[in-house]
Amino acid sequence: MQALTNRAKQVERAPMTFIEQLYLWNIVKGMAITFMHMFKKQPTIRYPEQKREFSPVFRGLHVLNRDEEGKERCTACGLCAVACPAEAITMEAAERLEGEENLYREEKYAAKYEINMLRCIFCGLCEEACPKDAIYLSETFTPADFNRKNFIYKKTDLLIPNPTTDAQGFAAAKGLN
Amino acid sequence: MTILALDWFLLIEKLILIAVIIFASLGVALYTTFAERKVAAILQDRPGPNRAGPFGLLQPLADGLKLITKEEIIPTHANKWLFILGPGLAMTAALMTCAVVPWGGTIDVMGHKVDLQIADINIGILYVFAVVSMGVYGVMIGGWASNNKFSLMAALRGASQAISYELAMGLSLIALLMITGSLSLRTIVEQQVGHVWNIVYQPVGFLIFFICALAECNRTPFDLPEAENELNFGYHQEYSSMKLGFYLFSEYINMFISSTIMATMFFGGYDLPFVTSHLTNPGTAAIVGIVVLMTKVVMFIFLFMWIRWTIPRFRYDQLMDLGWKKMIPLALANMLVTGFFILLKQNNWHF
Ligand code: SF4
Ligand code: SF4
Repeated sequence: MQALTNRAKQVERAPMTFIEQLYLWNIVKGMAITFMHMFKKQPTIRYPEQKREFSPVFRGLHVLNRDEEGKERCTACGLCAVACPAEAITMEAAERLEGEENLYREEKYAAKYEINMLRCIFCGLCEEACPKDAIYLSETFTPADFNRKNFIYKKTDLLIPNPTTDAQGFAAAKGLN
Repeated sequence: MTILALDWFLLIEKLILIAVIIFASLGVALYTTFAERKVAAILQDRPGPNRAGPFGLLQPLADGLKLITKEEIIPTHANKWLFILGPGLAMTAALMTCAVVPWGGTIDVMGHKVDLQIADINIGILYVFAVVSMGVYGVMIGGWASNNKFSLMAALRGASQAISYELAMGLSLIALLMITGSLSLRTIVEQQVGHVWNIVYQPVGFLIFFICALAECNRTPFDLPEAENELNFGYHQEYSSMKLGFYLFSEYINMFISSTIMATMFFGGYDLPFVTSHLTNPGTAAIVGIVVLMTKVVMFIFLFMWIRWTIPRFRYDQLMDLGWKKMIPLALANMLVTGFFILLKQNNWHF
């Protein structure tokens, strides 16, 4: 039969030689192989101490962005919730009142904004959908908790630090330093 | 010191020795589990357990704690007494073998000569065989009492395997005993001190003995009684908590003891060539002896593990084939050849 590729290998069906029948020699060969593995470099990353380098597009837990003056960017348009294939995002909109201009960038803001991290599949579509650059996926991952309820992240868990009160935290969250 | 015609010193000395050896065996078994995991890891290019304590050294304690705090389950349809007896028997049989092993030479304690051996009985080797073959009852009873098909199958396999390989093991030893002319382990060691080790006279015998020891300890490639992928978990499938722990421990103690027996019978026991026979101070000799014996044992245990993480398990028919059609004839032939040479030597190398 014509071989489709040149990688085909003839199977050898020669009867076993006496040495092979003894089986011991093959065991010794196998043991030599495993012994050599003792001196091989381990590919293990010792996780909590060492961390794997992330690719620049890594998608971890979400953050809600603020602008340079500390105003929340989200305008509760709901596009992220619509885009979300896992239906993990819920929000409630509210109107900005007089004197709240330093808190919210737009006239409408999210009074309540929740992401269920157990539903989320970290696809990043919310990030793509957002017209206001308000939601981003960070490099934080593997949250652990004893309670399912705590995996529903509230606005307080998601918002990044305010640059007017915590400039350093803001810079860190933005990855500026 | 003789009250009621009892040598109290002897009694206390032996009690202390028994306690020390039992606890040492348990400690060794504990750390053999750790060593097994480390060796497996290193042979597979991974670091192994390294979280509990420095280098993961406290891992066996954590494992033990976990086993103890697990829920004790006795299945409803199990035979309760046999179910409890199984692991107990396995553990007792494993520990009892330590009694006849000479751990070192003789030391002086307050003017008394103390042998570093619990009992120097003149049928030492036969005793070891008798007790080791009792160990298989632990497997059988445990598998039977669980009232579970898989456990029963595993117990059957374990029993037939142990019986088949014990034969070859015994035959390979007979050849050795024909050379030494003694069944006492201490005598066998003392014959090797300052002379060549028995392995030189009996390489084939050692090979057979070693393979059979692997089979007796239910180690890979002969771990059919615990074949995880065919029999779920083998004979201790229904066991939980410390009863499971006993089974696992007894396997490691058995491994330790077989390594000791092999080191004693074939590799000079506590003898370090060119050194031991020149040590005049019995104290130093005893310490050197224990260290040397332990080194040999550790090397054997490493070999056991190395084999385990290299070779896949035998099929059942291959196992029986190897045992009955290869090992036993080979052991018989070895015995005949040995006998021939002994006769030849007695005849001053004349036909
Ligand atoms: S990352 Fe994907 S799944 Fe998660 S909240 Fe955003 S859109 Fe929904
Ligand atoms: S995060 Fe963006 S997309 Fe989602 S509601 Fe706010 S502004 Fe709209």
